[in-house]
Amino acid sequence: MTAAARAPIIEARGLTKRFLKAPDLAERASAWLGGKAGGEVVRAVDGVSLTIGKGEVVGLAGESGCGKSTLGRMIAGLLEPSEGVLLYKGQDRATLTGSQAKAARLAVQMIFQDPYSSLNPRLRVEAAVGEAPLVHGLVSRADVARYVADILKRVGLDPELRRRFPHQFSGGQRSRIGIARALAVKPEFLVCDEAIAALDVSIQAQIINLFLDLREAYDLTYLFISHDLGVVQHICDRILIMYLGRIVEAAPTRALFESPNHPYTRALLAEVPRISLTKRTFHPIKGEIPSPLDPPPGCHFHPRCQHAMPRCRTEAPALRTIAPGRTSACHLNDA
Amino acid sequence: MTAAVEAEVVNRAPTLEVVDLKTHFFTKAGVVRAVDGVSLRVAPGEVLGLVGESGCGKSVTGYSILGLIDPSGRIVSGRIAFAGRDLVRLPEDELRALRGSRIAMIFQDPMMTLNPVLRVDTQMVEAILAHRRMPHGEAWALARDALAQVGIPSPERRLKSYPHELSGGMRQRVAIATAFINKPDLVIADEPTTALDVTIQAQILHEAQELCRRTGTAMIWISHDLAVVSSLADRIAVMYAGVIVEEGRASDVIGAPLHPYTRGLLGSVPSANARGTRLAQIPGMTPSLINLAPGCRFRARCPRADAECTSEPAISEPLAHRQVRCWRPHLEGAMP
Repeated sequence: MTAAARAPIIEARGLTKRFLKAPDLAERASAWLGGKAGGEVVRAVDGVSLTIGKGEVVGLAGESGCGKSTLGRMIAGLLEPSEGVLLYKGQDRATLTGSQAKAARLAVQMIFQDPYSSLNPRLRVEAAVGEAPLVHGLVSRADVARYVADILKRVGLDPELRRRFPHQFSGGQRSRIGIARALAVKPEFLVCDEAIAALDVSIQAQIINLFLDLREAYDLTYLFISHDLGVVQHICDRILIMYLGRIVEAAPTRALFESPNHPYTRALLAEVPRISLTKRTFHPIKGEIPSPLDPPPGCHFHPRCQHAMPRCRTEAPALRTIAPGRTSACHLNDA
Repeated sequence: MTAAVEAEVVNRAPTLEVVDLKTHFFTKAGVVRAVDGVSLRVAPGEVLGLVGESGCGKSVTGYSILGLIDPSGRIVSGRIAFAGRDLVRLPEDELRALRGSRIAMIFQDPMMTLNPVLRVDTQMVEAILAHRRMPHGEAWALARDALAQVGIPSPERRLKSYPHELSGGMRQRVAIATAFINKPDLVIADEPTTALDVTIQAQILHEAQELCRRTGTAMIWISHDLAVVSSLADRIAVMYAGVIVEEGRASDVIGAPLHPYTRGLLGSVPSANARGTRLAQIPGMTPSLINLAPGCRFRARCPRADAECTSEPAISEPLAHRQVRCWRPHLEGAMP
């Protein structure tokens, strides 16, 4: 099924997030002495539009600093966008009030990369998992123990362990606790931000399998944020590639890996380490991601792109449809 | 590598030979047998990939070779033969003379190598002059050339910067250039690309590959990432719970793994052709190294375990150039 055929659950239009770097002491002093005032602005996410259909698993991939986590946090409602609109099931989330706003917030949950820092070390597992559904009235105080035990079982944890503290668990188990906590409020949409990046390969496989099982059991929609294209390729229906705050290409997984369109996607896919029977020679793309404080003009990728033309240095390419269900932001497609 | 060249590598005298190395940590909770009888060898110009999950003892093996074990730990027994000497019994001052000149290490976090308050040139020149006598200017020129070799643009300018002014990838390149600067015989690289993005990782792998090829340096590449190791290493050793469970040519180990654990690891890697399907996961988790049950260490998670596995298997060589520590190796798919 294509994305358009499903009812959209999340829609973003021109989503932008700017962070203002607060001036440090020296800069404040120079401003006070009549120097250049004002801090620097980072456009972490720069006018991103996307639609995620109910039941889809969408991957968001890119290198560190490309803004993928910021975008994920805005979609999860943890950060307010500086500009742009976020629609939840067709309604602008900023205009929702009362119970509707609460329902929209609960429906989108986030799973974080680091289960060490996202779990309160002083809360027992049953409190960490049971607190939110209790507060939101999804379960009564009398039933909460049974409810928590049920969720722990669902994510593959022994309910006997519910009286333990986070430090008494291994990394893989802590990931499961993070997933249980998100599931406890019966969400429809999960934003997983590098949720398995810190785990060992064998444990990573267990958690990927858990995500696949839960998707079926609860009819979940995922936005899977990862730098690991191998993982994204395995679990996602559709992939968005981000570079310096902008989406440069979006395509169904198979199409993207078979025929990447954007030069950055092509370079990125070529670098994915694969299990191979022979030694290979690496032919990496040159250079590094430029600082988001001072992104290059025009197409952000042009300083590293071997196909860059004069036009790329001045004019930012728009994200255009190049095939059904596929978009790419590159001037080469106009030629 | 062609078969002829490969045979030559195998037959050459090894740069390093580790025999039955045991490094244990003596903690309040008990004795942690982090490395519990590891044997391995690396030939000149060869890249050995040492693969395993966290806590399997792969890093401790690397640190043991350099004599960099934390105070609670000790090399209990074994031999580390390098340049005609046994590093286990070498006095500290002689070991110190070897470190950074004949054996070098690249860490996961380059800030472990780099001093944050010293400029890059100060540190690189110091690394040269600690082991060689030459004018300062000459050492500086060497440092500049070394940076250029690992693909750092405008090395003169970079030499004058402090580590915090460089990006993560740049810092790792400086660490690699410093490791190779005294033309060591052996470089131990401990997950040097784990913290880096894929495009930067590919650049670093490219530089490391080039340096080994050009200088004939032997390298031990420690990593949890089978995909990286499979495309870089000549031989692969897989570690589990303090021992090497399988060792052989990279193409053999990846193409037809003998040990059930190696199989499990390969099955856990998400692959292109089975999108959306469940991965063949290994159940359970790695055992604690304090109270290891007797018998095969992988027994509790192994799909092939039977009564025989309650006694510990020794390393055996069921096929030529292939070693495995298992009573019931997967020989079916590996017959030549």
